[in-house]
Amino acid sequence: MPLPSLRALAFATPVAVAAGFALVFFYAPLDADQGFVQKIFYLHVPLAICALVGFVVAGVHAIRHLRSGDPVHDLRSYVSIHASIIFGLAVLVTGAIWARASWGQWWVWGEPTLVSFLIVFLLYCTYYPLRYAIEDRERQARYASVFAVTAGAFVPLNFIAVRMSESLVHPRVLATAEGGMPPRMWLTFLVCLAGVALLWTTLVRFEIAAKLTSAKLSRLRRAIEGTDAPAPSSRIAPSAQPRPAGAPESV
Amino acid sequence: MATEISVEPGTERAAVGEPPPAVELRGLRRDYGELPVLLGVTLSVPAGQTLAVLGPNGAGKTTLLRVVATLLRPTAGEVAVLGAALPREAWRVRGRIGFLGHEALLYRELTVRENLRFNARLHRLDTAEEAIAAVLRGAGLMRRADDLVRNLSAGMVQRAAICRAVLHEPELLLLDEPLAHLDPDGAGLAGRLIGPRPGRTRILVSHDTEGALAEADMALALRADGTVGYAGPAAGLSPGDARAIYAGRDR
Amino acid sequence: MPREQHVPEGAPVSAFRTVLAKDLRVELRTFESVPAMALFSVTAFVLFRFGLDRDQLEGGLAAGVLLVTVLFAAILAINRLFVAEREQGGFDAIRLAPVDGTALFAAKVVALVIYLSALELVAVPAFAILFMDAWSGLPALAPVLVLANLGLAVTGALVASIAVNSRARDLLGPLILLPLLVPVMIGAAGAAEPLLAAGGPSFDDLGRWMALLALYDVIFLLVGYAVYDFLLED
Repeated sequence: MPLPSLRALAFATPVAVAAGFALVFFYAPLDADQGFVQKIFYLHVPLAICALVGFVVAGVHAIRHLRSGDPVHDLRSYVSIHASIIFGLAVLVTGAIWARASWGQWWVWGEPTLVSFLIVFLLYCTYYPLRYAIEDRERQARYASVFAVTAGAFVPLNFIAVRMSESLVHPRVLATAEGGMPPRMWLTFLVCLAGVALLWTTLVRFEIAAKLTSAKLSRLRRAIEGTDAPAPSSRIAPSAQPRPAGAPESV
Repeated sequence: MATEISVEPGTERAAVGEPPPAVELRGLRRDYGELPVLLGVTLSVPAGQTLAVLGPNGAGKTTLLRVVATLLRPTAGEVAVLGAALPREAWRVRGRIGFLGHEALLYRELTVRENLRFNARLHRLDTAEEAIAAVLRGAGLMRRADDLVRNLSAGMVQRAAICRAVLHEPELLLLDEPLAHLDPDGAGLAGRLIGPRPGRTRILVSHDTEGALAEADMALALRADGTVGYAGPAAGLSPGDARAIYAGRDR
Repeated sequence: MPREQHVPEGAPVSAFRTVLAKDLRVELRTFESVPAMALFSVTAFVLFRFGLDRDQLEGGLAAGVLLVTVLFAAILAINRLFVAEREQGGFDAIRLAPVDGTALFAAKVVALVIYLSALELVAVPAFAILFMDAWSGLPALAPVLVLANLGLAVTGALVASIAVNSRARDLLGPLILLPLLVPVMIGAAGAAEPLLAAGGPSFDDLGRWMALLALYDVIFLLVGYAVYDFLLED
């Protein structure tokens, strides 16, 4: 099944995002309790869902990397985590704005999703020091994949645990409409979710394409210049370069 | 003049009736981070022979030994040890290799005998106690066998490490400066334990050029940049040539 | 990837026993880990007494102080166990032998569980003496701590194996480990809070929390079993 091309994604994403924004501002009903402020939910929750799914996707790529040793999967895992961390930061910021506007506090421990997110975010932030701390490229990629698999398995477990830790009496702080969402909210939510998901996918595909292209470029450059020295590259970003072909030494 | 035997790593030379080479390297390359340490080593060591590896500090001798020991995987090129292609089939030869590196690989808080028993159990030796007694006698350590490694002098530790390396009667013995720290008595005892033996292939890294070449069948001289200066029968490399390669004067 | 090891029957158990026996023998000979953990715990209790300005603890506060202290003591032990192994070339020696990586993992996990249990035999009574009036809920704490110890050990062994081969190993290990242990903290504290309550222990929700701990243990054991070999290759 061929994946949608980067160009198709690049067209679809702004369309979906714009449609989502339009629906949020002109179509979705005002929440009875929280008023206009509640509309940040349409950004906050899709960001959270995409970030979490992104972390799990990174874990899947990591499994494939461990099984095959192909650095392309490590590249996909790395970029997925990168995008999800950025989205995760946005989740925390939008969550804080929402909490501040609704409850007057910048942070609420009473919202289990937000708390789980903080923990997951803190965990995945350690991905970068881990990669920096291992110099051997191949081992760095392998250990990063082990981390991504472990952290990916941790994400759902963490959500279960934090959910359980919240008192069943204390109401969800940022929940909307206890009795379920009306259809207009559902539609708006789904369109926003689609827009954010497309945005995540486009960013990831774009970054992967950029890295592969620059790797190809440096390979060509080296072939033209005839040097065998590896191009200076980031210490941690997977270069997705195939292993250099061994040249038999003739004596 | 590399002694190249063009055989696929791991295949039998059934037609001729000769056993496969104990160690086969083809274009072996190993990087440390971004820097190449070994560049394109090609060599074949027939079973039962001794290979002397010479070169200045930093030439990659220790790295080469660790790759053959299955402790490091090659960045590029092909490596076959005792008929198994590394790193894929490393599990097939673990237990048939004896390795003596710069570190003794002994636990300081255990006695010599306890360390040897530990290794014997890991290697699943049947007649562990007899084998342990035999190597202890051979190394002249019977009286100190129940002393903690922490309390032994450097020479005794080296002898104990030699015991560890040969305890399981390996087919391939890898020795990195085996006579370091040893007084003439110790060196004599050790020499008998690690000396040539039918059915035993040895790779010997040493700074004692004359001594190593004298007992070697094959020689590999590495230059400071990790390239190969000479790879072939030991008789074809005079100590003078070896010194030239050491000093980088051979080009 | 060399996942099949083709070792004869009985071999993984033998390697597991060998490595575990070695670690226990070294600990019994040197007393490096457990006494330090115990001393650390009691000192931490004293710090908490002054930091919180409380000399009686019960319920959630008691659970928190006790468990956080045990968690930090665990980090000490985990660090020591793996750094000592690496310093003495243990990983190389084990990798040179025909040994399955998971045998090493299992041996380290069991060693840590033993150390933590020994620690708790000292720390929990010390805590009770220092801070608590009613001790009737304490025996029920034992199964909770067993499950929590297993979680600490499994995740600790996995993360330490990652960190010990990196450059900033003292810092990186705890940094990665602490977020991963949050569910253990949630489960253990959730179970301990009603057990240490002022009015006497209540066993209402105990099953739920122990189920969470058990789920965590199972998942991370499976993850560790699946990935550990990849950490030993080089």
